[in-house]
Amino acid sequence: MSVDIIFKIAAIGILISVLNHVLNRAGREEISMMVTLAGIVVVLLMVIDMISNLFNNIKSIFQLY
Amino acid sequence: MNIEALQIVGLGIIAAVAAIVLKQQKPELGMYISIAAGIVIFMMIIGRLVSTVDILTDIAGRANLDSMHLSVVLKVIGIAYITEFGSQVCKDAGENAIASKIELGGKIIILSLTVPILAALIEMILKILP
Repeated sequence: MSVDIIFKIAAIGILISVLNHVLNRAGREEISMMVTLAGIVVVLLMVIDMISNLFNNIKSIFQLY
Repeated sequence: MNIEALQIVGLGIIAAVAAIVLKQQKPELGMYISIAAGIVIFMMIIGRLVSTVDILTDIAGRANLDSMHLSVVLKVIGIAYITEFGSQVCKDAGENAIASKIELGGKIIILSLTVPILAALIEMILKILP
């Protein structure tokens, strides 16, 4: 768990927005939407992993069983 | 030792810049950045939190305090933190209604955790009274 994940998410976001622009210019709106969706799902998987980690830590620290 | 404070401030500023840049293009990914920043900052302070809670439990054990009471206090703090986190994320995403529902849920759970202590207190007062 380090700061890298924030840069990773930012990089994925910038990449996706650039891809979106390019695909929209090329007139492929449906593919650009799929790219957006794929990026959101990838980032969501990364973040959900962290969230479950956070919840487990909080559960064990504050004795929430 | 105290360099962690600077690290947390730097991390927060960097995450804020990244979130602002991304929010113009893709608002949903900006939300992920704020969640990730919150979790990373929590992971940075988790060691200190664990040692503080350990010391508190140790002091409570020396004072012959009922361990149930301290664990209730810790549970309340944990629930308050986690519901605050969730509601802030929802508020950032512009969903104020869901955020206030999360807060309501947390408050009710905290109330239900603390009602037994209140009942015990009232019972004790009734026992003292003739």
